Amino acid sequence: MAEENNYLLEMRGITKIFPGVKANDNIDLLVKKGEIHALVGENGAGKTTLMKILYGLYDSDQGEIYFAGNKIRMTDPQQAINLGIGMVHQHFKLIDTLTVTENIILGSEPRQGVAINYREARRQVEEISNKYNLKVDPDAKIQDISVGMQQRVEIIKILYRGADLLIFDEPTAVLTPQEIDELFEIFNSLQEQGKTIIFITHKLREVKAISDRITVLRDGKSVDSVNTEEVTEKDVAELMVGREVLFRVDKGEAKPGESVFQVENLQVKDNRGIMTVNGISFEISKGEIFGIAGVEGNGQTELVEALTGLRQIAGGRVYYKGEDITELSAREIKDRHIGHIPEDRLRRGLVTQFSLSENFILGFHHQEPYSKNIFMNYKAIDQHAQSLIQDFDVRTSSHQILASKLSGGNQQKLIIAREFRQDPELLIAAQPTRGVDVGSIEFIHSQLIKKRDEGTAILLVSAELSEVMSLSDRLGVIYEGEIVKTFAADEADEREIGRLMTGSGKEVKTGE
Amino acid sequence: MSELQTTKTDAGGRLINILIELGFALFSIVIALLVGIAFILLAGESPLDAYHALYIGSIGSWREFLNTLWRATPLIFTGFALALPFKAGLFNIGGEGQLLVGGFAAGFVGFYFTGIPGGLHVALAIIAAIAAGALWGLIPGILKAYKGAHEVITTIMLNYIAIQLTIRYGIERYRIGGRQALPTIQDSAKLLRFNDLAELPVVGSLPFIEAFALPGLRLHFNFILALLAALFLWYLLWKTTTGYELRAVGFNASAAEYGGISSKKTIILSMVIAGALAGLAGAGEALGTHHTFMSGMDAGLGFTGIAVALLGRNHPFGIVAAGILFGALSQGGLEMQFVGIPSEIVTIIQALVIFFVAGLQMLKWFLLKQREKGEAE
Repeated sequence: MAEENNYLLEMRGITKIFPGVKANDNIDLLVKKGEIHALVGENGAGKTTLMKILYGLYDSDQGEIYFAGNKIRMTDPQQAINLGIGMVHQHFKLIDTLTVTENIILGSEPRQGVAINYREARRQVEEISNKYNLKVDPDAKIQDISVGMQQRVEIIKILYRGADLLIFDEPTAVLTPQEIDELFEIFNSLQEQGKTIIFITHKLREVKAISDRITVLRDGKSVDSVNTEEVTEKDVAELMVGREVLFRVDKGEAKPGESVFQVENLQVKDNRGIMTVNGISFEISKGEIFGIAGVEGNGQTELVEALTGLRQIAGGRVYYKGEDITELSAREIKDRHIGHIPEDRLRRGLVTQFSLSENFILGFHHQEPYSKNIFMNYKAIDQHAQSLIQDFDVRTSSHQILASKLSGGNQQKLIIAREFRQDPELLIAAQPTRGVDVGSIEFIHSQLIKKRDEGTAILLVSAELSEVMSLSDRLGVIYEGEIVKTFAADEADEREIGRLMTGSGKEVKTGE
Repeated sequence: MSELQTTKTDAGGRLINILIELGFALFSIVIALLVGIAFILLAGESPLDAYHALYIGSIGSWREFLNTLWRATPLIFTGFALALPFKAGLFNIGGEGQLLVGGFAAGFVGFYFTGIPGGLHVALAIIAAIAAGALWGLIPGILKAYKGAHEVITTIMLNYIAIQLTIRYGIERYRIGGRQALPTIQDSAKLLRFNDLAELPVVGSLPFIEAFALPGLRLHFNFILALLAALFLWYLLWKTTTGYELRAVGFNASAAEYGGISSKKTIILSMVIAGALAGLAGAGEALGTHHTFMSGMDAGLGFTGIAVALLGRNHPFGIVAAGILFGALSQGGLEMQFVGIPSEIVTIIQALVIFFVAGLQMLKWFLLKQREKGEAE
């Protein structure tokens, strides 16, 4: 049997030209039946465009697609679904108030006469859930289940529609480390049942951990396809970026100065009124990075919002340079040169329908030279934007385009540029590299270190343990709203931190 | 409803966007008029005669054009009253009530006080209208900002309260004779009409001023205020920090909050300005058009303003254009009635315009989606 026949999917010579950009330039993607195929590349490399072409959301200008040996031309997602191609989008397409079963059958409901046969629907959902060991409760409402569970609902949704080829668009971006492990188990069981998976990501560790083969895209071209076992993470990173990548953060010894930021017994409630930050205390000195490691949802969001004036503080005090800033508003805190990189750039960090120029002054728009009294000075604003775009290597055609048009990595660079340019003496950085490609991560990390060396006190909150460990000079582990232990960087042990993050340290402490 | 122009892009792209918007607006009007033919035929009339009358009655002569502008004036203001809060993410249905309290305040100051010099009296009456309208915007603004009460509900309720207060209570208390109106305002409170310009000392000697000396012309100076208000709003929205904050809150309230912007302050401010602008509509009607505050003066102007804002893409200049179009429909509608077209048909044609403007937004949305297929993410 010729090797060609092993391919479930062949995309050959795919070219897609947008006005001014060749998003896909003669890309080849060959996926064998039953394999887990990682599609990697920096933001803007053309991964999403390629998958949208496959899924019938875009038309390609050139190239051919063969699926199971037949030449196909996708016109819309329904056709893709009919052929057995399913996609789990990065942002789930679920209805919060409906149950798992209702969401899954939506659009292809089993019927009994004119009525929906719910019993049959439920049975099918359970059957799929059991077959792949997904452990989904068919009667739970989407709003009541975790993000990881919601993703499984999306998986069942496409399996229910008979998918043989499953495309995952950055599936791990929204998951906790445990959920990522569980997802990979699901990948394995899908593979055992003969399904084929295309897995879009830029997290190389995951690529190495789960995939069989890798196709690397760079600047719209397919650079190489390799067998995973034959390459190292570093090899893949270099293929992606096109140059050597520094994995280890190059940082010198910290030279902490005086303590500038003190948090004492901080207590904060979440939106439901539940105390999610339960008496946290720490302090940070000039020229020092204090990291907070932890599984997401252990109070980090509320902690950061409270420290930046976005959330009411229920108890405890916060001092900055000797001043009590506990009760200050977000603007008052910003005006004291406390920078904030928010964890969710689309929700908090950017007004995506504003131009880059307008986003570069968000939070500083009331200050000179951007405005005087209430009058905006667009000349100064545009100049400011142009200089930041240059200094922070934000890849864009103009400072006047909307922020929504930037790739994720460049959006993050915009925010970092904005916060850094105000010369913060304290910087609160939450998930600063989330959803950002390797090249940008390297850049962001080096910028953080540079700021530290200039004397900025930095609070780094991240769910990426490796990030916290490599950047921090001291770090604390947060679990259920408390910092369970604090380490100096050189004493930190990844395994112990991992245990503390999941609460096993606490059990020992309380003697349970 | 999307935006006419939310941010600066390069000049060429900007012009193209404006042309696209204009094209869609014109296209929807043409479609509405075409569909209107069917209704005119149903009524047994000649579409040609009807539309000829619409043309003659609205822009067919200089005089009718000026009257079209007169009809447009309050609609432009109520259009603004919807558009500004809309930029901050609010739906102000209260234009009607804000117009009524503004008109009442102007009418009251206009008749109640005597012996105030002309210019000052008008100014006081207008200020009273602005204050009353602003108050009628402030209340739902505060309720929204501090209590989360939905502005659609509270503004509708305040519309009813305004009707009761001004017409049931206010007019009943002060009216003379059987007419459902406040007493006629003093001459010193009358807003200058264009056809009185020729009698003014210095201005009257200008060569072109005779062109406005037409009998029965009711265009008054509120139209000039409406144009100034358009400039003011445009400047406010795109050239001041207030406008920046307002648009930020409208686009993404969480990001605005992150940027140290108080959404409470912004919500209240946008509602207060909106109320004041609707109040100005009422002032014009009371001081310029009717010379009194009377029952039925609002005539749905507040609600038509919603359609005007929609057609004008919530842009100050777009709203001026849309207001003039609606003014033309209502002014030309009179002429249509003279040639025997039932007034209901006129109303239907106006409704069709609104319908197709909204409908074609869907088409535009769809076309943009299609175009997105050819545009990088």
